Amino acid sequence: MSSAATTIKAKQRPGDRVFSGSAVFAGSMILVTLAAVAIFLIVQSIPALFATSDEASILTTNFWDYVLPLLFGTIWAAALALLMALPVSIGIALFISHYAPRRLASVLGYIVDLLAAVPSVVFGLWGIGVLAPAIQPVYSWLVTNLGWFPLFAGPVSGTGRTILTAAVVLAVMVLPIMTAICREVFLQTPVLHEEAALALGATRWEMIRMSVLPFGRSGIISASVLGLGRALGETMAVAMVLSASGVISFQLLTSVNPSTIAANIALSFPEAYGLNVNVLIATGLILFVVTFAVNAFARWIVSRRKEFSGAN
Amino acid sequence: MSKRIEVRDLNVYYSKFLAVEGVSLEIEPRSVTAFIGPSGCGKSTFLRTLNRMHEVIPGARVEGEVLIDGNNLYDPDVDPVLVRRQVGMVFQRPNPFPTMSIKENVLAGVKLNNAKISRSDADALVEQSLRGANLWNEVKDRLDRPGSGLSGGQQQRLCIARAIAVSPEVILMDEPCSALDPISTLAIEDLIEELKQQYTIVIVTHNMQQASRVSDKTAFFNIAGTGKPGKLIEYDATTTMFSNPSVKATEDYVSGRFG
Repeated sequence: MSSAATTIKAKQRPGDRVFSGSAVFAGSMILVTLAAVAIFLIVQSIPALFATSDEASILTTNFWDYVLPLLFGTIWAAALALLMALPVSIGIALFISHYAPRRLASVLGYIVDLLAAVPSVVFGLWGIGVLAPAIQPVYSWLVTNLGWFPLFAGPVSGTGRTILTAAVVLAVMVLPIMTAICREVFLQTPVLHEEAALALGATRWEMIRMSVLPFGRSGIISASVLGLGRALGETMAVAMVLSASGVISFQLLTSVNPSTIAANIALSFPEAYGLNVNVLIATGLILFVVTFAVNAFARWIVSRRKEFSGAN
Repeated sequence: MSKRIEVRDLNVYYSKFLAVEGVSLEIEPRSVTAFIGPSGCGKSTFLRTLNRMHEVIPGARVEGEVLIDGNNLYDPDVDPVLVRRQVGMVFQRPNPFPTMSIKENVLAGVKLNNAKISRSDADALVEQSLRGANLWNEVKDRLDRPGSGLSGGQQQRLCIARAIAVSPEVILMDEPCSALDPISTLAIEDLIEELKQQYTIVIVTHNMQQASRVSDKTAFFNIAGTGKPGKLIEYDATTTMFSNPSVKATEDYVSGRFG
């Protein structure tokens, strides 16, 4: 067998060559693009990392004091958005995949996909024009009645343009992609596993808990990471909705809110000059690193219990 | 533990399509009954009506009665979930829950419906069920390992352990050995012989030697042609079915002339 394998050589066909060549090219383009972006960010950031307030007017002390509140705001807003979006998207996905009648399910699926096509500027306008004024009375009520709870401490924002509003807008924006991924994964649950649960006398919800959710776990994590990635990097909606000042604060309802890296770049870039530009690019590098870390973390979670996954 | 099954004039439909027509038979407690017949003759479909698992497929419905100790499974106020707790099922391909350990797999059915079980009771039940499925000696040192790491035959016995852990009255087996090698098949057949002491067992098989080895009574299903409903042709003691059947089609089938 092995001696025959050494003498027989595959004939080189032009179609195979073209296909493998273009596949290798496409694959390597990903690496090239990633490297180009990373090199640009690093090269442009180096002067800013050690800049002082004398050299770059945008800084008050040094770069790290400048970026830390922004980084906090980015992660805080994205985490809040994920916290709100994840249960809702799993719920919608389960409804579409396992509860809704087939016709309703496909209509709902289309609507969710349509939601993903709404530009972020539109979400931003909606956040300012509709959501913030509408939700402000709720915030007032929360501060008056639940103000003892640290997250809801006053004084309440008069406009409603708080970090919580921004997080709600972000949640709505990441919902479609997360729902779509969860739905696809839930639909792929092997019938065999579902029937195993049902045959043991599981109710529909128990069947979902025993077979659909465990099977979809890595998919749910992927969906969360994609959603988190989008929420971390989302610029326009946050820049429009959030009335920001450079603080670190967990309080959700006041008018003093941390900004996010992406929104801050968008808002400050038009007036930036000299080393200030490098400072903004350096904050972009930080965002890049954070997003990278989030992805790596998610992959680690998925691989940690690989042998218990549905893959084998 | 085991109960008598009585089926009266059962028709099974998938939407408008009549898949199985006019089946009536009685299954004695603590016996093994085999369903044989060519592919597509409705024996699996019929088997699944005995614990209302066919309802999982959209559009599937039945007419007629299935009585277990006189209680109609298809009474309007009968909960299919409770039916399936009484009538366990083992599938064609082993299907342990991949994210659960061997132990969790055995306890999967027991922990349903918010049932609480103490640790010591759980351990005892795991051992008892795995012993009941002739698997204990092979897995006792790795109960916390994933069930999907076992061989196909072991997985199938794990599924049997999972089914008997909830102490059902009837166990349905839908071609339980068709994905297994001969050694594993033999292990399952020996197990069926033991389980028969406690449970009523109904098994669908494509393997006529298997039917003749394990079953007390055999039912032969057949279809007149594609698109026609499956029918129960003959139902009798296994020895009679294989030596002296009263219907020509049965004789042709068991002697290998078709199917």
